[in-house]
Amino acid sequence: MSKMIFKFFSMILLSMTLISSAFATPVDTYEFKSVDNQKRALELAHSLRCPQCQNQNLIDSNSPVAQDLRLEVYEMVDAGKADNEIIEFMTSRYGEFVLYKPRMEAKTYALWLGPIALLLFGLLIGFFFIRKQRITEVDEQEISAEEQKELDKLLNRKDQ
Amino acid sequence: MKKRLVLFIPLVLFLVMGVFLYKGLFLNPQNLDSALEGKPIPAFQLERLEDRGDVITNESLKGKVSLLNVWATWCPSCKYEHPYLMRLARQNILPIYGINYRDERAMAIRELNRQGDPYTVNIFDHDGRLGLDLGVYGAPESYLVDHNGIIRYRYAGPIDQRIWNETLLPMVEELQAAAKLDGAS
Repeated sequence: MSKMIFKFFSMILLSMTLISSAFATPVDTYEFKSVDNQKRALELAHSLRCPQCQNQNLIDSNSPVAQDLRLEVYEMVDAGKADNEIIEFMTSRYGEFVLYKPRMEAKTYALWLGPIALLLFGLLIGFFFIRKQRITEVDEQEISAEEQKELDKLLNRKDQ
Repeated sequence: MKKRLVLFIPLVLFLVMGVFLYKGLFLNPQNLDSALEGKPIPAFQLERLEDRGDVITNESLKGKVSLLNVWATWCPSCKYEHPYLMRLARQNILPIYGINYRDERAMAIRELNRQGDPYTVNIFDHDGRLGLDLGVYGAPESYLVDHNGIIRYRYAGPIDQRIWNETLLPMVEELQAAAKLDGAS
């Protein structure tokens, strides 16, 4: 039973990671120095939020700010800057807010660990309720030897 | 009895979450904390709007508590904000430094000639580089800067009487008092 549940959850997790890796192609005509740079820059720009149109990332948004920031990311990637340097550049200007994936910090623990805690809490409650139910079921079935004897006697009499 | 109380836990959890989510409905997602509060004005070197030969740097803005106002002729909210900035300038409380953001020089100068110029100095940020370093995501945006050139507060949106009286003026007075203690004007 638990194996099946495990399989089920791992299937869900796997499908979620697969969906999130699908990329659209941007319309900008920026010439990257290499294909690797392009891939890295697009991935970065996808993970950064446009500060103006807040539910779009830098690639999706057409706002002037997003355009500027997108170009900035491309240029920094081509200049050989590391991912964390570029992310630092963005957050030092626009705040943690621009990260679609918040960093693991003291103030984001609730965000990252909250769902896991809730799941564990739910499982724990479920576990206790099910166990309690099972115990009472077993209790009902148990009868003493004397009662069994009497029951047999009654049943036998009915057969006759 | 104890068992009964346990049954209330889901209700309590629901109420707590409900209160949080209900409050969340009324938060304005545009009110972002600026990442630059507490940091100095980013280093820049830009021409004055009216004079190509006059170069302004971040050092030029130090010395007085000031208001840094990002504006442009293409921005309708800036036009709405403009009369209030004129009033502020007449009251002579603090210098207002303008950052003309991603704009055309001739159009900006014409606009100021026509509508009046509330700015002590206007910085011409044609390619939006200073705006980017400031974390500007739209105009108008205003920054309260203390006498050491440290950004103390960012307000995104047009300043009006209410914002000025309730939020900005108390902070300006506080900063000016601190500046006086420091020996600056």
